[in-house]
Amino acid sequence: MKKIIALALTVFMAASLAACGGSSSKETQAPAESAAAESSEAGAEGGDLSNMKVGFIFLHDENSTYDLNFINGAKQACADLGLTEDQYMLKTNVPEGQECYDTAADLADAGCSIIFADSFGHEDYMIEAAKDFPNVQFCHSTGTKAHTEGLDNYHNAFASIYEGRYLAGVAAGMKLNEMIEAGEFTAEEAKIGYVGAFTYAEVISGYTSFFLGARSICPTATMEVTFTGSWYDETAEKEGATKLINDGCKLISQHADSMGAPTACEDAGVPDVSYNGSTVDACPNTFIVSSRIDWTPYFKYAISQAAAGQPIDADWTGTLDTASVLLTEVNEQAAAEGTQAKIDEVKAGLEDGSIHVFDTSAFTVKGETLTSYQADVDTDANYTPDTEVISDGYFHESEYRSAPYFDLQIDGIELLDTAF
Amino acid sequence: MSKVKTPRFHISKRGIIPRRQTWLIRGAAIVLALILCAIITTMMTGLNPVKVYTTIFEGNFSTSRRIWVLMQNIAILLAISLAMAPAYKMRFWNIGGEGQVLVGCLATAACMIVIGDKVPNAVLIIIMLIAAVAAGAVWAFIPAFFKAKFNTNETLFTLMMNYVGLQLVAYYVIVWEVPKGSGKIGIINQATQAGWLPQIGSYKYLLNILVVAVITVLMYIYMNYTKQGYEIAVVGESENTARYVGINVGKVIMRTLILSGAICGLTGFLLVAGTNHTVTTTLAGGRGFTAVMVAWMGKFNPVAMIFASFLIAFLEQGASEISTMYSLNQSFSDILTGIIIFFIIGSEFFINYKLNFNKTGEKEAQ
Repeated sequence: MKKIIALALTVFMAASLAACGGSSSKETQAPAESAAAESSEAGAEGGDLSNMKVGFIFLHDENSTYDLNFINGAKQACADLGLTEDQYMLKTNVPEGQECYDTAADLADAGCSIIFADSFGHEDYMIEAAKDFPNVQFCHSTGTKAHTEGLDNYHNAFASIYEGRYLAGVAAGMKLNEMIEAGEFTAEEAKIGYVGAFTYAEVISGYTSFFLGARSICPTATMEVTFTGSWYDETAEKEGATKLINDGCKLISQHADSMGAPTACEDAGVPDVSYNGSTVDACPNTFIVSSRIDWTPYFKYAISQAAAGQPIDADWTGTLDTASVLLTEVNEQAAAEGTQAKIDEVKAGLEDGSIHVFDTSAFTVKGETLTSYQADVDTDANYTPDTEVISDGYFHESEYRSAPYFDLQIDGIELLDTAF
Repeated sequence: MSKVKTPRFHISKRGIIPRRQTWLIRGAAIVLALILCAIITTMMTGLNPVKVYTTIFEGNFSTSRRIWVLMQNIAILLAISLAMAPAYKMRFWNIGGEGQVLVGCLATAACMIVIGDKVPNAVLIIIMLIAAVAAGAVWAFIPAFFKAKFNTNETLFTLMMNYVGLQLVAYYVIVWEVPKGSGKIGIINQATQAGWLPQIGSYKYLLNILVVAVITVLMYIYMNYTKQGYEIAVVGESENTARYVGINVGKVIMRTLILSGAICGLTGFLLVAGTNHTVTTTLAGGRGFTAVMVAWMGKFNPVAMIFASFLIAFLEQGASEISTMYSLNQSFSDILTGIIIFFIIGSEFFINYKLNFNKTGEKEAQ
């Protein structure tokens, strides 16, 4: 019996080796043929996309609103560029550890010439992979190190999502005003609740811009922020939102990736401004609007550049202009009247530069109006502030680096559970 | 679906049966599991099951990197299982492997962060190793001590120690996070590589695999050819017998658990210094629990446990490949893995008990 097993194993191994040998030689031949056949068509794209293979690494799967937003962007970008389904690979549930390196290396082995990763914690492992595969482009969304790392094939990207948050805040302000006018509560009670993940600049920038947007419409608005200490923790997010509602918050928004906060709002009948995408299906009565980053423009840009052999920006910032920062459709059932018109008006102001989200005249820190602030733009272990970011009367967010670095605690926002 | 019907049988305890027959039963279980998985795959996804199985195989063996990753996963799972084996053989239900590995990880990372730039690399690695082994040993010793002295319930105690370990890691992740507020440490000493285990040639994981191979051999000898190994077996069979022949049961429990925890700590050391170079709450990734299954499947025999670890690591890696290749949710591949493992564990029943099932069983599956 043992002999039979040994024999079977040997045959199995031999067959598999033969199979891999076969498939890899096929792979190398196929692109050459198709490249010749389609070179005229590919030329129109500005680069040869026909033998391009693209890899994507996601922290979770489509059950996370954050990853779903990336997955949709990835599929859309590949479809727009005319990539066939076997030209791109999606790897879901990749933890922020050595598995990320292994997955990236595996994608490179499979012939991917450009690889994207979506989670902040993937960054260091993407850098390791970039060092080991100099001919493959590694693009990491939300990271901070590319502009100082000095690797030609490692890139970061983010978007000026604070502008989207600000617009979403405008919708929130409209709703608060409507509720005040309806006599549901007084202007002084207009308190917003916000469920954040970490006390990290990305989150701080997000809730502050949201708050400033809301306060630009409803001047008496205040805000309470609670932190869950996790990017994805449905229970904690739901509990956090419920706690804020019980604490007297009249409207909720969140920066965490599960359906926890939106469902808590739907259960309690409290309006919710969502993030990462519309949650209207699950929350038809309370969902107002959601801001999100559309990663499609970045994916298309980076893939096209790689296909054409052109350099990719070390640090790419999507904007309203590149259609990277989007608002979902306003849910008329929950939103105040005229919300869409107001959003459009403010959006025009942001685009023509007449409105700045972090206008220093719109907020104070410990009662003072800021005229100067050194932010930690170049990541280092000691968080040394290194760049002056206030000039021309506003805080220049996402200009010196794509990832947010606004980390000021402004007046009017109360932080709860910062120690999670 | 139609084959859930119960065949006519009566159960009786088997005597010792020839090894060939046990393997036949296990083989039949795997075949049955594969057939059931094939039916479910076709029903739920419309995919060709043979192609799906080929994909599982390719996910593990199609490139040398995949083989290395597989070996590394086997090694880590096996190491934790080896740590569990003596405790379980002694009938000490140590389900605290997860926590014991995590505190080992934490101790290793702590040394890398705190004294990473203060001592020469070789000294640093030795300190890290000692710290990790000691941390793991302490984590297992605490419940063992209470078990030996006060006869506390070790299942609950070791389980609770997991949560304490997990929260300790969560706490220190916030203390050492980079950048501030992000909730992650990232790769430690990425520039200097201080405290990173050396790489043998171009093989990232070879050192880990070799270390675990050595542990496997030592554990085999320890369990089968040493007086202490024999004492473990006697305590496991009957504590009263052990006492009668003059074995200090409490001492054996504590000694064995220190060993068990130390190997877990060592595994944590390999995970942090050898591969991940960071510490997160998910670093052990549930393997502290999976290891219990491996140890049982391998009947606490280190050699058999190699195969059990292989099977689980193989299925996991194949599962993730299925979800990538066919754009299926990972949950689907987890269902397949679950069915296969269920059948394999279930087959142990048929090894221990007699049942006239051969012909009916095969007919049903077809």
